[in-house]
Amino acid sequence: MRTKTTRLSWLAVCTGLVLVLSLGVAACGSDDDDTSGESTAAESEGGGGAIAANPANGKVTLTIGSKNFAESEITGEIYAQALAAAGYKVKTDLSLGSETIALKTLKQGEISGYPEYTSTALESLFSLEPGEVPADAQAAYEKAKAELEKDGLTAFPPTPFSSANAVGTTTKLAEEEGLETVSDLEGKSESLTLYGSPECRQRIDCLAGLEKYYGLKFKSFHPVDIGLRYTVLEKGQADLSILFTTDPQLSAEKDKFVILEDDKEVFPAGNVIFVTRNSVVEAAGPDYEKTIVAVQEGLTLPVVQELNARVELEKQTPKQAAAAYLKSAGYVG
Amino acid sequence: MSAFTVPQLPLGSIQGALEFIFEPQPSNVTGGKLVGGLDQTLELALTQLEVTVLALALSMLLALPAGLYLGHRGIGELLAVGLGNAGRAIPELALIAFMAAAIGVGTLNLTIALAVLGIPPILTNAFVGIRQVDRAPVEAARGIGMTEREILFKVEVPLAIPTLMAGIRLATIAIVATATIAPLAGVLTLGDYIINENVYGENGVVAGAIVVAVMALSLELLLALLQRRLTSKGLKLRPA
Repeated sequence: MRTKTTRLSWLAVCTGLVLVLSLGVAACGSDDDDTSGESTAAESEGGGGAIAANPANGKVTLTIGSKNFAESEITGEIYAQALAAAGYKVKTDLSLGSETIALKTLKQGEISGYPEYTSTALESLFSLEPGEVPADAQAAYEKAKAELEKDGLTAFPPTPFSSANAVGTTTKLAEEEGLETVSDLEGKSESLTLYGSPECRQRIDCLAGLEKYYGLKFKSFHPVDIGLRYTVLEKGQADLSILFTTDPQLSAEKDKFVILEDDKEVFPAGNVIFVTRNSVVEAAGPDYEKTIVAVQEGLTLPVVQELNARVELEKQTPKQAAAAYLKSAGYVG
Repeated sequence: MSAFTVPQLPLGSIQGALEFIFEPQPSNVTGGKLVGGLDQTLELALTQLEVTVLALALSMLLALPAGLYLGHRGIGELLAVGLGNAGRAIPELALIAFMAAAIGVGTLNLTIALAVLGIPPILTNAFVGIRQVDRAPVEAARGIGMTEREILFKVEVPLAIPTLMAGIRLATIAIVATATIAPLAGVLTLGDYIINENVYGENGVVAGAIVVAVMALSLELLLALLQRRLTSKGLKLRPA
């Protein structure tokens, strides 16, 4: 009896492990561990790209950081590789975790700069309420810059793209109901279900704002894990779902999903601003800001969606995706 | 800088949490709307209780008959113990996400996911509880001509009540505690307070945890009382 039980429990343990493993693999895509190291794009000796290498920059070493998700790592890599092409010695320290860790690392001088979002900087780092964050990119940038100034930091001008919440739906429903902007939902939202993150329900820059500023009432709101935001649309459970403007699915499956334009500007601007220390700006010279402003000009929403798709869906490394962007946009030869 | 404040003493946050449970509090992100308070807390607690009862009922419906039958026949140890143990290893969140594609999110998905959590202890304890019943009374019952069904329900089950109930109590605690993840699957339970620190603040998180803990302890107490009622008088230990 005893030996039999032992054998059986071994069997049970093995079955359990197999179940856990298979479910785990099904549920979460693997993350990339390629987080830090020297940028290799430095080797491209200005072979006809728009960014010209300045030999004088060679004596300056810059360490570019980023937070620990695909989009931040991609933008971090783009800046790093562009600066390398401009002749700087560049190291990267990606995957710094949350914005509080990234900012702390920057202040302590371990990194020279990292890409931050205007909305995140204002809300999370400087404790503004979401309603106080401008939806206009330039206004949000200036507000963030002024706050950073107090800590001896500065921010370069914002990217063209804004990473923000957005009301999304299926192309089919958008066509049937004639939906292009969030305002188009007036009079129709009462019969439509909205799905969003649990947090969204009470937030003024999410459901509460849609109700207050657009005057919309939805048939129902259902909280779901953000990992399910496309699943619920695909399954036909949700009529509307809160998506992110830079979601890779919006470029990879653009015939299936659309986002509605936030015409009353409820969702705060989330443009990327490169945050750095004043002392680094002085030491690095004029090419520092020039290169960063130049290289981000091509970062429009469709381009960023496509770059995210490369990393999140096609499993390229952020480094590869950034290199592809720099090459195809003609920044490096 | 809110990000670098010294950690508060637990006592302070417990007081803040208690205020949060009873009185609506301001929040940074709601545009002035108050959050928390007794109405919202009761509503969330009620939903939590609702899904707990549903999931517990489903897991009892599936696991009790199977466990009792297999225990009585003395067969299917692999199923009752092995699968039971394997079932405990299934990660709930992954299960919810997995089933979201098949049946969508909502109460049905959640009930099944939580029932999966309740089945292993009920199944295993039912099987083991019946198996470990002293053979002498069972043989005696058979000897006086009781049918197999009578033996199971009149002899074995009453003698196995403590083990059976232990399984149900384990399942209840597991289910009521795990029902906090329901807001990730479309159902608003007390987990709303716990997973949305950005909205409810630390007080909300602690408040949610306190109410869930109180609910779990109350259910445990209730089931302990039920177990006493169900245990046959002859089995109760009495002071001489």
